[in-house]
Parts: sequence; structure tokens; C-alpha cells
Amino acid sequence: MTKSYEEIPLTPISDSPSTMNMTGLWRAFRPVVDISRCKKCTLCWKFCPDGAITLVDGVPVIDLKYCKGCGICAQECSAECIVMVPEGAE
Amino acid sequence: MEVRFHGRGGQGVVVASEVLAKAAFRMGFEVSSFPFFGVERRGAPVTAFARIDKKPIRNKSSIYEPDYVVVLDNSLLKGVDVLEGLKPGGTVLINYPEGSVIPALKPSFKYYTLDANAIAAAHGIGSKVAPIVNTSIMGGFAKMCDWVSLDAMLETIRAVAPVKKEENVAAAREAYEKTREVVQ
Amino acid sequence: MRMVMTGNYASAYGAKASRAEVIAAYPITPQTSIVEKLADFVSSGEMNAKYIPVESEHSAMAACIAAETAGARTYTATSSHGLTLMHEVLMWASAARLPIVMTNVSRAMAPPWSVWVDHMDSVAQRDTGWMQFFCESNQEVLDTIIMAYKVCESRGVMLPAMIIEDAFILSHTSEPVDVPDQEIVDSFLPPYNPELKIEPGKAMGFGSLVRPDQYMEFRYKAMQAMRDAHDRFLRVEKEFKQVFGREYGGLLDTYRCDDAEVVLVAAGSTAATAKDVVDAMREKGQPVGLARLRAFRPFPHEEFRALASKVSGMGVLDRSYTFGAAGAFYTEIKASVYSCQKRPVMKNYIAGLGGRDITPKILEKIFEDIQLTAKRGGGDEVEWVDVAGLPRRWR
Repeated sequence: MTKSYEEIPLTPISDSPSTMNMTGLWRAFRPVVDISRCKKCTLCWKFCPDGAITLVDGVPVIDLKYCKGCGICAQECSAECIVMVPEGAE
Repeated sequence: MEVRFHGRGGQGVVVASEVLAKAAFRMGFEVSSFPFFGVERRGAPVTAFARIDKKPIRNKSSIYEPDYVVVLDNSLLKGVDVLEGLKPGGTVLINYPEGSVIPALKPSFKYYTLDANAIAAAHGIGSKVAPIVNTSIMGGFAKMCDWVSLDAMLETIRAVAPVKKEENVAAAREAYEKTREVVQ
Repeated sequence: MRMVMTGNYASAYGAKASRAEVIAAYPITPQTSIVEKLADFVSSGEMNAKYIPVESEHSAMAACIAAETAGARTYTATSSHGLTLMHEVLMWASAARLPIVMTNVSRAMAPPWSVWVDHMDSVAQRDTGWMQFFCESNQEVLDTIIMAYKVCESRGVMLPAMIIEDAFILSHTSEPVDVPDQEIVDSFLPPYNPELKIEPGKAMGFGSLVRPDQYMEFRYKAMQAMRDAHDRFLRVEKEFKQVFGREYGGLLDTYRCDDAEVVLVAAGSTAATAKDVVDAMREKGQPVGLARLRAFRPFPHEEFRALASKVSGMGVLDRSYTFGAAGAFYTEIKASVYSCQKRPVMKNYIAGLGGRDITPKILEKIFEDIQLTAKRGGGDEVEWVDVAGLPRRWR
């Protein structure tokens, strides 16, 4: 419903944080980490554009609620231990 | 009154024009001073201007027909027409070694000289090879014109000089005493 | 206190007197001594502000946007290519309704490479939603910065403003400037206190996406704000005069126009020189006047319509050129007076590009040409002044 110009603020303002957006729903490919080969180089964590990776004891844990499946972590991984798997596949 | 300054980058030409404007402002005049708008390089010929009036100054155009010309570096006498546009009866102040005779002065202007290099060097302003002559020259200017007092000039120099304030003031005072009109 | 200073220092003193709290600036060419002086003020403690050196003018404006969104009064300065690099974020600043004040030292665009005055850089930002104030003296630069903050931060306005200072002719020229006492400025300009700002611990998104069903309403509000800034500016200037004793003639400063038969419109430092020329020509019995375009935005439509109905000839001097059209001032003024019952003969003069000196003699010839054109009832509409190779001599 379009609001009158008299009812809106000067510039659009949202009062809910962007974490409300479950961007994980956009994902077509899912990153899968082979933790046994991880060298704890942290490159995946540094490069994740969405901050969807946290490090636990230096090893990445991917938050699939927000991971869009861009594949940058798999591209940057120095141990080549992250692979992108199509959603729905085993 | 309109004044044009000629010198070289590094001699303090632009500051000389500001010192004159600020001294005239102390005397109650309205003033405007500006460099020849360009890209600055050490050693390259530099021009600066000052406009002084009893009324507020609105004219933002450059100065083409000055009443006074000040030459901080006499090597410019060859190659630069420092007298260009000078009004008939106008006055020229030239930094020139004492005891030397300036060749081929055009008539219809009044000339004053002082040895600002020697005075500035004696007071330790700049180096012996490249003395900064602007404050000495402005002491001479106070002698040459009758509308800025020596006191106003010295107070301005004291306020403007970033270092060696008293040396600059002493140099200007000595320059005032040693500036002479050239008898043609 | 009255001191002799350059236009750049007048800008710095204006920002200091206005108590700018954040200054973000790119420090290298084409930057000027404005931000150098402000860095001095901040490091010496004379000014209580956060100084952020950034890696580009785009970043400088982005930092100002962030600081202003957090509720800080911000200031920056730039020039020529620096201003045009900001273009994208200038649009953001105005649509996010952030009352940032910036000085632009107006310079020609390259190539040919130039560091000298013209208004192309400023005029090219016409549609960014910023107010634009052209100044004719260093005193006006300082005073307009203080006035601009008050106008920009008004509840009904909330738009940014650009104070335009002609390169070298104001920026590097020393003139007497009265620096007002801080307590008096404080009484005139209260601290910045926006209705909405970023607050720690409270999640808010500013300038977020809206769909086509809501976009136009935001633009409509910005249009109203710029329109209302016109009257707001006049009121602020009136108040400024009561407090500081100085005024500059509103958005269109008319000089000896009341009984003038022809007038010239000019902006910036050229207008000051032209006032001297008007006086000289008046002494010779020539009924000429000068109208100084002080604000390009908000545009003084009513003022132009009132002036146009009184004169037979109106020349417009543009220190920039809009390729494929004419000078931007000219096309806008002409459009503005089209609805007048009685319209003057109009002519556009393109002059002073890239720092070419606009001398009193050239201005006198322009006035004479307007008189002649008005007498003839028209002629060529756009003339380039003082271009080597063209038949007419101007010097």
C-alpha cells in the first residue's frame, strides 16, 4: 500500500537488522568442509562476503541460514578442502 | 594603488605582496593581494600583485598597469619586461648590488635601489647563496612610498615571519635606511 | 576581528566558527589549503573535531555521509576533478537528507589540464540535489558557510550545500575578512540535532530499498525541501544581518537594477568586478545594472521574473558551457522568464573558461553589446567572448 508523502520519513529507514533476511534461502550450491584436511589458514573466514563463517578452534563453521553459496570460500581455501555441492544432492 | 612584484620561486615573492597588503591594512587601507596564478617551481620567474585602496576593493581582474614595480631578483631585468604597463611617472624598486650602476634605465619612471641580498645575508635570513630577500625589500618599500609607515611594515613582518622574527625586522629596518633614489 | 586572509582560509575559519565536528578530506591535488588549515586547527586543539584523511574524494564524501548520519555536523572541501569524482555520493548525501556543507574551489575540467577558475565542475553537479551558493568575496565565503549550516539543518530543509569559491581569484587572494566572535556565532547557529540518527545498540537501516509504489513520494519530499529552502534562506540571511550586520542580497543580488534598461547576470567573482564597471558606466550616463546569481540551487525563479519584466535587455555570463545547448545559467534563466508577459531580449556570453581573465574592459564591451542587441531586438543568442581566431576583438 503506497503511503502518502506526508506519512513517510525523509529517507527510507528500516528498524529491523539485516540479519532478518535469511539469505541462505538463495543458495543453489552448499559448501562442504573436509575438516580433517583443514590447515586453519582462515582464508575462508576472511573472504566470506556475508560473514557467514565463524571459526571454532581455527576451523570454519558455516552458518547455512545466511550462506548464499557463492563459492568464494571453496575458491580461496589453501588446502582445497571445501567443495561446493548442489543443493538437494547427496 | 597597484603594485607588481617580480622575483623567482623561493625568494618569498608572494609573501612580499602579502606583507605589503597587511601593512597597508594596518594603515587603514582596503587591500587585496594575489600571486600570478600558476604552478609554482623553485627558481622560476614568479609575479605577485597587491591592490590598495581607500574604498572596499571589488575588482577581481589582474593588474596590467601598476603604479609600482618591485624587482626582487635583478637577473630578471634581462629577459622579463619588468616595466611592462607601468604607469608614466611610476616607481620602481630594484634589488641591486651596492656601488653598481644599473644599465639603460628608461626615463619617465622613478627608480630606487637597495642591496637586499647583502642585507638579508648579513642578518642570516636564508643562506648566503640564496638569501630570502622579501622582508628587506619591504623595508625599502616603506622608504620609497609615503603611504605605508616603517612601523606598520615592521609590525607586519614581525607578525608574518614564521622564524627569525627579530632578524627579519632588523633587516627591514636597515634596508629602509639604505634605500636610495637613483639620480639619473 | 578583521584579518587579511585568502578565500581558502576564510573557508577554514567558516567551518571552525560553525563548529564542524567531523572533517573528512582527501589531502592531495586538487585539494587546497582549506583542509591544511583545518588540520592545523584540529591538531592545535583550537577546533574540537575529528579529522579523517581519506584515500579519495569519493571516500571523503562517504565518510561525511556516515558521520552526518550519526548526528555529527560535518564539513569537507574539494575542487574540480575531486568534486566530479564525488558525483555518485553527492546524490546519496542529498537523497539521504544529510545537511553536509562543503566548499568547492571551482576550477576548469581537463583536458586541457588546468588549475584555473571556471564553473564547469560546479555546474556539472546541478542535478545532485545540493544547494549551490556562488560567492564574490572571501567575507561572503566565511559568512555563507555559517548561514548554510543554519539553512541546511532546518527541519523543513535537511539538504546539503556547496559553497563555491572561484579558484585563485578568491582561493589564493588575500582580502580583509571579519572573523566573528565564537559566542555570537554560537548564539546564531545552535548545535546540530537531527530528528533521526544512528544510535548505538539500536539496529536501523538508512536509505534502504523501496519499490516503485513508494519511490516517488520520497523524491516529492526532496523537491518540497529544495523549494522551501528558498524562503528559509531569505529568513536566515535576514537574521544573519541582525546579528552580524552583513547581508548579500538574497538569492539574486541585484545591483543598480531598479532603473536599469539592460542588465548582466553573472556569478562568482566576476560579478564583483562587474559592479565596478556598472558604476563607471553609470557615471557616463549608461543605465546598466548587474544581477549576481548567488544561488543556482534553489533557483531564484521569482526574482528573475520580476527583473525580466523591468528591463529591455538581459545578458547572461556563463563561466562554463553545456555542450549541445548553451551556458547552463542562460538556459535556466530563459526558461524561467518564458512565462512573463513582457520579456527582455536575451543573450548568452561564454567567458573566462580555464581562468581566462574577465577584465573590466571586456565586461564594459559585454554591457555595450547587450545594449546594442536590445536596441536591435535580438541577434545571435550565444557568443563566445575573447576567443582567438573569432573576428570580434574584446581586449
